[in-house]
Amino acid sequence: MSEVTINVNGRTVTKTVEDRTLLVHFLREELGLTGTHVGCDTSQCGSCVVHVDGKAVKSCTMLAAQASGSSVVTIEGLANGAELHPVQAAFKEHHGLQCGFCTPGMIMAAVDMINRHPEGLDEATVRAELEGNICRCTGYHNIVKAVLAASAAMGKASKGKAKAA
Amino acid sequence: MGMEGIGARVARKEDRRFITGAGRYVDDMVVPGMKHAVFVRSPHAHAEIKKIDVKKAKAMPGVVDVLVGKQLKSDGIGNLICGWMIHSKDGSPMKMGAWSPLAVDRVRYVGDAVAIVVADTKGQARDAAEAVEVSYKELKAVTEAVDALKKGAPQLHPEAEGNLIYDWEIGDAKATDAAIAKAAHVTKMHIVNNRLVPNAMEPRAALGHYDKAEDHYTCWTTSQNPHVARLVMSAFYNVAPENKLRVIAPDVGGGFGSKIYIYPEEIVCLWASKKTGVPVKWVADRTESFLSDAHGRDHVTEVQLAFDKDNRMTALKVDTIANLGAYMSLFSSSVPTYLYATLLSGQYVIPAIHANVRTVYTNTAPVDAYRGAGRPEATYLLERVVETAARELGVAPAELRRKNFVTSFPYQTPVIMCYDAGDYAASLDAAMKAADYAGFAKRREEAKKRGKLRGIGMSNYIEACGIAPSAAVGSLGAGVGLWESAEVRVNAVGTIEVLTGSHSHGQGHETTFSQLVAGRFGVPIESVSIVHGDTDKVQMGMGTYGSRSGAVGMSAIVKALDKVEAKAKKIAAHLLEADEGDIVIENGALKVAGTDKNVPWFQMALAAYTAHNLPAGMEPGLKEGAFYDPSNFTFPAGCYICEVEVDPDTGHTDIVQFVAADDFGNIINPMIVEGQVHGGIAQGIGQALLEGCKYDASGQLLTASYMDYTMPRAGDLPSFKVSTSNTPCPSNPLGIKGCGEAGAIGSPPAVINAITDAIGNNDLTMPATPQKVWAALQAAKKH
Repeated sequence: MSEVTINVNGRTVTKTVEDRTLLVHFLREELGLTGTHVGCDTSQCGSCVVHVDGKAVKSCTMLAAQASGSSVVTIEGLANGAELHPVQAAFKEHHGLQCGFCTPGMIMAAVDMINRHPEGLDEATVRAELEGNICRCTGYHNIVKAVLAASAAMGKASKGKAKAA
Repeated sequence: MGMEGIGARVARKEDRRFITGAGRYVDDMVVPGMKHAVFVRSPHAHAEIKKIDVKKAKAMPGVVDVLVGKQLKSDGIGNLICGWMIHSKDGSPMKMGAWSPLAVDRVRYVGDAVAIVVADTKGQARDAAEAVEVSYKELKAVTEAVDALKKGAPQLHPEAEGNLIYDWEIGDAKATDAAIAKAAHVTKMHIVNNRLVPNAMEPRAALGHYDKAEDHYTCWTTSQNPHVARLVMSAFYNVAPENKLRVIAPDVGGGFGSKIYIYPEEIVCLWASKKTGVPVKWVADRTESFLSDAHGRDHVTEVQLAFDKDNRMTALKVDTIANLGAYMSLFSSSVPTYLYATLLSGQYVIPAIHANVRTVYTNTAPVDAYRGAGRPEATYLLERVVETAARELGVAPAELRRKNFVTSFPYQTPVIMCYDAGDYAASLDAAMKAADYAGFAKRREEAKKRGKLRGIGMSNYIEACGIAPSAAVGSLGAGVGLWESAEVRVNAVGTIEVLTGSHSHGQGHETTFSQLVAGRFGVPIESVSIVHGDTDKVQMGMGTYGSRSGAVGMSAIVKALDKVEAKAKKIAAHLLEADEGDIVIENGALKVAGTDKNVPWFQMALAAYTAHNLPAGMEPGLKEGAFYDPSNFTFPAGCYICEVEVDPDTGHTDIVQFVAADDFGNIINPMIVEGQVHGGIAQGIGQALLEGCKYDASGQLLTASYMDYTMPRAGDLPSFKVSTSNTPCPSNPLGIKGCGEAGAIGSPPAVINAITDAIGNNDLTMPATPQKVWAALQAAKKH
């Protein structure tokens, strides 16, 4: 058994868990944060993406013990109270989700992507960077639109616009 | 209509919970005392079970119990069934082999469930499952349908000699043969429709809870049709009578057909809950999903399409062998018959059609409906052979199609279907314009300069949705009716709850159904709630599949709304001392037409419940229900055009343009409809380029994870150009045809027609991987 202390969505929690407990299971089962999903066994689908110390991580590839001492943000911690994060708002506005199962991971990955591209994003970059997230419902069309819109809304000029200027 | 009514692009009401992580899927459910289950599954494709020793497993830490098939049988739990009877052409009924929810003496595919382990944690259950000792005597396996029909092939079920389930036919064989014999040209092809795994992102799950105090069961399950699940589990599997069984399908993470069926796991979890006295939850791993979810497609077909000297189609002859896997899944028999062969006329006038279909057992996972279900197989077959014929005849593919289109309606095909409305040329024109078809030659030349091979292909699909009148499907062998139910409850403060038998697992019913109601009564969309997915709340329903929720589910709501409106108008007329015929509903008020006299909607509702001042003899309250049984199938149709560039050095195909022009009839929310088309196209492109389910000769599934089975990712796809035209469906009150499956039905042939056009070799099977495309290109060079 391991004692694990993690700051999750601004709250520090300490739990004693089996050594083999994955971060995703820690979040879902120990903390009841069921917004983070498990869609595969091989770290391919990205339904479980959360932020660990500000970086997107597939929480099925990390032991809870490895995350001890870190700060984790999950989909439940993304909005500012009732005010949606711009990426959440863009997914809603552009119909970037259908069944909603991959959505939390998609949104967390998208936030990270936008943060890593202060120069702005274009469609090809968004599509390439979504490689680690599988969606079966949307055909990605509206997810790409939502990420581009969110990137613009978060104050980054799109590459296209930058070039035109 | 207003901003929130029919036709408006209303953002989805259900989104907020999904984007904030508040969605509730089966795996998110926690019941006090709940334990976790893991299934012991067969590692062999075909074997006799000699002995199951659970002693060691039972002694493992945290284990509550380990249960096997013999115990299940002795408790009277029934075998799984296929609910659609098909008769062979000799009149004999289909040969259904026994499928026990836990295998008793024989396993027939890798993944066949043998035992269930219940433990405090999933990890403990998994550890104990590995300690269950099953002695098997391996038998020879067969995985390809064509091989299973050969003499000497391993036999799966004693009920089905030669592994043949049925040998069925439709159409006029004599007339078809005669027309082929005197044809000016006959195009012949061998067509393989590749086996797919549906892969909803949420793995299947079940939570069974037996309540001893009430002698009552609750099952939370990943279902597209919880009422059908309850009906089947009660009537056939003897889990519990309907009044003692509640089935809840909460948020469900995609279905695509794979969550229609009642699988062994939910039955076993319910039974195990009573047996162990604790609630039992099972959630599939992804590999478990690959192994045990119902797969799709898997057809092998010989086809001949005959033309007269004017290039008019005269006959179509089809001979198909379909793989149904190791057991007959719930609707498996209907997919390669009534959902397939009845669509073989496509958008064309073909005077004579004959199709023969043999379905076969193999040592693979059961095969059933997957998005499109039979219609993608029919469309792929027909649109590949039409395109090939155009090349052989040296005519433009669009013109050969146009020449043979059905143009007057209703049109009775030789294969049951009677098309009620459509304008196929309109979709073709719209797609060709959107794709700048005329400019393709120039683009091909430009690509050539860059060393790329550019090709263009089209596909003109028709499908049948709804699915159909209950009496009609009943006469064809269906064990259920295909109507839908609705109940509209107007509360005393005027808010409205709509209870529907449809189930949303991504389709956005909470929004579109609310739009229908909000538009009708002029009330805010927030004041309308859609209730679904719980047999304790909604009395009965048939669920969501076959693109039926709009055409059938919403039609039931319309019928209930008609009744609500009639009573509301009576109440308003009474309150306003006016004639009921003069009452109109506008902007949330009931008005006397042409005057300023009105009563707000909420006041009318309150009056219904205070009952202080109702018309003489009227019952208090405002709640109405309806069942709607369609009078025909609906027939969405359209034209898809795909443009590709192939890299001749690597065989890699890049989809540079994809255009969809669909006719779905009337549309409630264009944003949601477009989303359905996008998703369908992605699955169709997945089938054409990437996805292929493969077993090795011994029956081991080679594609059992996302490392091996290629799911379409964002980088594999372009943005799509979608548009719709509208010939309203005449058979339902909203004029809706259905849009859920079209994308997956129409797109695969467009992609393959484009690639074969690019490489100059028509001999290419799906998925058209770079390796296959490169090899086809090399073969073409040699000729």
